[in-house]
Order: sequence, then structure tokens, then C-alpha cells
Amino acid sequence: MVEKALRVAIVDANQIRASIIEEGLKEAGHTDVTMFATVPDILRRLVDVDPDVIFIDLENPNRDELEYMFQVSRAIKRPVAMFVDQSDRASIEAAIEAGVSAYIVDGLKKERVKAILDMAVSRFHAFDRLQRELEVARGELAQRKTIDRAKAVLMRSRGMSEPDAYAALRKTAMDQNRRIIDVAESLLIASDLLKGGD
Amino acid sequence: MPDVSINAGFVPLLDCAPLLIAARGGFAQSEGVALTLSRETSWATIRDRLSIAHLDVAHALAPLPLAANLGLGPLGTSMIVPICFGTGANTVTLARSHWDAMRDLGPPGDLDPNTHLQALRAWFGKQRDEQRPPPVFGIVHPHSAHRYQLAYWLASAGLIPGRDVDFMVLPPALMPQALASGRIDGFCAGEPWGAAAVASGSGVILTTNAHIWRGSPEKVLAVNATWAEGHTEALLGLVRAIDRACAWCDDPANAQDLTKVLADSDVIGAHADLIGRSLTRALPGPDGTLHPVEGFLRFAGSAVNFPWVSHAQWFASQMVRWGDLAPDALHADTIAATWRPDIYRAALADGPADLPMANAKVEGALRHDTAVGSSRGRLHLAPDGFFDGRVFDPDDVAGYTAALRAADAAAKHDAPQDPGPDVGHDVGL
Repeated sequence: MVEKALRVAIVDANQIRASIIEEGLKEAGHTDVTMFATVPDILRRLVDVDPDVIFIDLENPNRDELEYMFQVSRAIKRPVAMFVDQSDRASIEAAIEAGVSAYIVDGLKKERVKAILDMAVSRFHAFDRLQRELEVARGELAQRKTIDRAKAVLMRSRGMSEPDAYAALRKTAMDQNRRIIDVAESLLIASDLLKGGD
Repeated sequence: MPDVSINAGFVPLLDCAPLLIAARGGFAQSEGVALTLSRETSWATIRDRLSIAHLDVAHALAPLPLAANLGLGPLGTSMIVPICFGTGANTVTLARSHWDAMRDLGPPGDLDPNTHLQALRAWFGKQRDEQRPPPVFGIVHPHSAHRYQLAYWLASAGLIPGRDVDFMVLPPALMPQALASGRIDGFCAGEPWGAAAVASGSGVILTTNAHIWRGSPEKVLAVNATWAEGHTEALLGLVRAIDRACAWCDDPANAQDLTKVLADSDVIGAHADLIGRSLTRALPGPDGTLHPVEGFLRFAGSAVNFPWVSHAQWFASQMVRWGDLAPDALHADTIAATWRPDIYRAALADGPADLPMANAKVEGALRHDTAVGSSRGRLHLAPDGFFDGRVFDPDDVAGYTAALRAADAAAKHDAPQDPGPDVGHDVGL
């Protein structure tokens, strides 16, 4: 991966532990580090900071809130590295096997921070690419269904064949400079209205 | 032989009772297992500490292990669910000021899910007409029975989460305060937090999980699958211990002792009066009187501890419905690997328990107490329907999910609001 300094956010109420991670990051050349000790407003502040990666304590009491915020906010699709204090060999191995978009850090060893950071970022990118492909596929599927329903309406009400129905949708879209999916949606709404709704 | 030591996590809530009582009531010990309890502050921590083997077993939201196994958590993981803790005690609670504004819309004062939903819908419409932002409801976790029940209830009136209503995740103990400060407009959380909001004057309880989906599972025992493979006997012993602890918790004669354990400073640490009242299974309605709620907070009986595969299938259907997951026939394999009625059966085979013959049931088929096929022929199941009468057939999950998604999509066309960000470009056919 490209060696450039990353902007890092650390979310931890424990200042001492956060400083150890910060130190490890700085020694690895990542000097742009912002620490967050509390949750109020964190979403807005994270958007302002726009970090490349977020470090978070696995046992942070606000993790449910944070996880949901990160999940719904498109503004913060960022790699997350989690750290735990008490980790024996077995749990580190389990963590390495478990890692998908997050990675577990043995929090108090600053020498390991850089490797963890790199790993979290590269895993995130692989995972994020899959997610994006999935989202595009889902969107296309939904659009295809809408267009199929619009075609069915034309076929039923105007006795058109399927290719003709599609051609009619396409022509209207071109004439009006709209997207075919928008024309299909308008048609379905109008058709529901004419039926008196159901 | 020394007891097998098991690390067990819990979140301090009413329904952690079976795990606590198994540990402190001698049930675990008599099965040769010793539970080391660890109080956790969030479901994400429970899930991830299970994943990295800090914990062997944990008190968990029913859909959480399934969601984690389906890849919806940050860590790859494998967990199993061998027993349920019962039906839970969730309320849908609305800010009192909103309730006052709804009153002239004519809702009655009990906990009826249908009339309150219609009143809520009218109030949502008024909010929209006044160009107010969508109301915000607090939930405890995205992969919780609370979210799926609340979303199911609201969406059945065309109130679509993400468009007409926003969800925000908060720890349950903070819900009453968030309601009072106006940060949220309502919430769905386990008791005693609904009753606490009523007691402090900030909220009114509109309905409960026992109304929305009767007999629904709330919390389960989540077990690290690798640990389970290496500790078969200990796992079976633990399942027996929890099953017996559930029966103890369900017995009204033990309510006082249970209240004491739960209100202890190392568990919930507050609200002994409200906890005690929750255990009587009566809740204050908006009219200010107490209403007994059938099927609320049942720890045992009517096979509520049995890990019905149809429950997991319903949760998966809702994950697909709300876009957490893409539809995929392979989810069935993950469900089968996660919810393990076979372990529950193996644990209780030699005891007095009356086990159902089937692993799944049609949710919503039972309208009355009904005798069903079971190992000893004496098992009766309580009604298990959804409040709107829609039936979930585990043999047609795809059809059920598609019908709900179509209804949700149709609800979109009625609303004056923009359905949200656009997707992609033209699709070629």
C-alpha cells in the first residue's frame, strides 16, 4: 500500500491508553491524530476531522451507539481498528482469524500499532469494495423489478408485446430527457391512481 | 471431578435473570459447571468478546448471534444458540407531550397495538404536514428483537423506517432521560425502562412486544461455537441449568427473591420497585391504570425456552426486508448452523421436559392455547400471532419477505416525501 501519513481518530475515554496508541502511531509517522473521549456530537466532529481510520476500544460503553452511527452514516465509511487491553495468545489468534473489516489491537503495545493500522486499512478496502458491489447489485435488481412492472402495465392496458412496451418506456425517457426508471415509476404511480389505489 | 469453568457475559437487564440465577441459585453447580459472570456495557462488546473467546457464553439479543454469523458484525465469527431465555418485556414508549397532542385523535387508553398505531399514524401525518423532520425512536441495537418488532409495527401502517421515522441506538437505561430531553420522540426497550419513563412523567407506554408478536423470543444464550465443540458435556449441563433457572424465574413465588438479585448493585443497581412490578406482568397504559399483559416476560412454559428455528427465520426475513442482507438461499444454512434445537433436545432428553416434535412452526397459526405433538403428549403452546394477523410460514420465507417488501415499496408511493437518495443509472435489459 502507498506509504502516506494517515489521519487517525482515537475514540477512548481512557486517556492514558489513548496516548499510548497515539505514541505508537506517531512513531510510525502518522502524526495527524485526534482523540475523542466522549460521545456527544461525535458524529459531526468525526465528519469535520474526516479520519482515514478510526481506533476504538472494544469495551467502550458507547459501542452500540457508535456502531449504528457508523453503519447509517454514509459520511463515515472508514476502517475501524478495535483494541482490547487484556489479550492472551489464544484471543489474539482468534482475533486474527475473526478479522473482516476490523482488527483487534493488543492496546498497550505501541510497537504493534503500525502493523495493525495497515491491516485494518487494507482489510477495510477489500470489504468495502464487496459492499459497494452488493449495493449496486441490489439497486439494479430493484430498478429492474420496477421496470418489469411498468412493462406489465403497458402490456396489459395497451396490448403491447414486451419489447414494444420497453421501447415505449425508452422513447418516453428519451423524449423527456428522463431516466427510464423514473418514467417507469411515474407510470406505476399513475396506474395506481387510475385504479383508485389498492 | 472439578467443575468446568465457563466465562459468561451479561448486560444488566431484567432478562439476564436466567443466567444470573443459574450461577447464583446453585443450578449450574449441580450440573458440574461453574459460571464466572462478567457484566458488559454494550451488545457489541458481548458479541465481539464472544468472537475473540474472552467469553465462552453470553446473554444476547435473540437476533444478534445470527446477525454476526451472517456477516453483519465487524468480526467473522461463529456462534450457536442452544436455548432461549423467554419472551422478554419490551415496551413501545412515546413522549408524553406527543401523546397529549395525539389525544384529540381519539386513541383509547389501554395497550392496544391497532388503535394506537392508527393514532400514531395520524400524528405522524400531522408532523409531516407541518414540515417537521421524521420522529426519532430509540432502539437498543440494530440487530435486536426491539428494532424488528418496532419496524414491523410501524411499517404495517405505512410508516417506513428510514423515511417516515428514524431510529437511534441508545443504551436502554438512558432512554427515559433522552425522551425527557427531547433527543428522541419514543423508544422500544426492555423493562423497567418503559415503566421508568412513565414514573418520571416523560413517557406513555403504547404497546408491548407481547402484543406485536406474541410468544416472540427476546434474549438467548449465545455460545462460541469453537468452545461448544470442545465442551459438549459442559454445554449440555449449562443448558439444563439455565432451563431450570428459567422455570425458577417464572414462578411468582420467587418474584421477591428475583427482584432482590436483579436490583443488586452488581446487576441493574436500581428500580427495585419497578422491577418487582414488571415481574407481576402488568404495565401502566396511557390511561394511567395497570393492564395485565398476557405472555409478557415469560421465562418458562409453553416451550418459550425452545430455540424455534422459525424464530430465527423470521429475524432473517426482517434483515432482508430492511436491507441489512441481500436475499440469499444460503441464509438457511447459516440459520441451521446457528439455532440449535438439537442441543436443547439432547440436554433435556432424559428429564421431565415435554419437548415439541417439530423444530419450526407457522408463526401466527395459533389463536388459542393449543395442544401440539410432543415427547410426553402434554405440551400446550400459547397463541403466537402477529398483531396484524399476517402469518409467517417457515416453508415460504422468500414469498413472505417479497410480499412485505412489495407492501413497503407501495407505501412509498403514497407519501409526499422524496423516497431518498437516487441509485445508479439506467439499467440495460
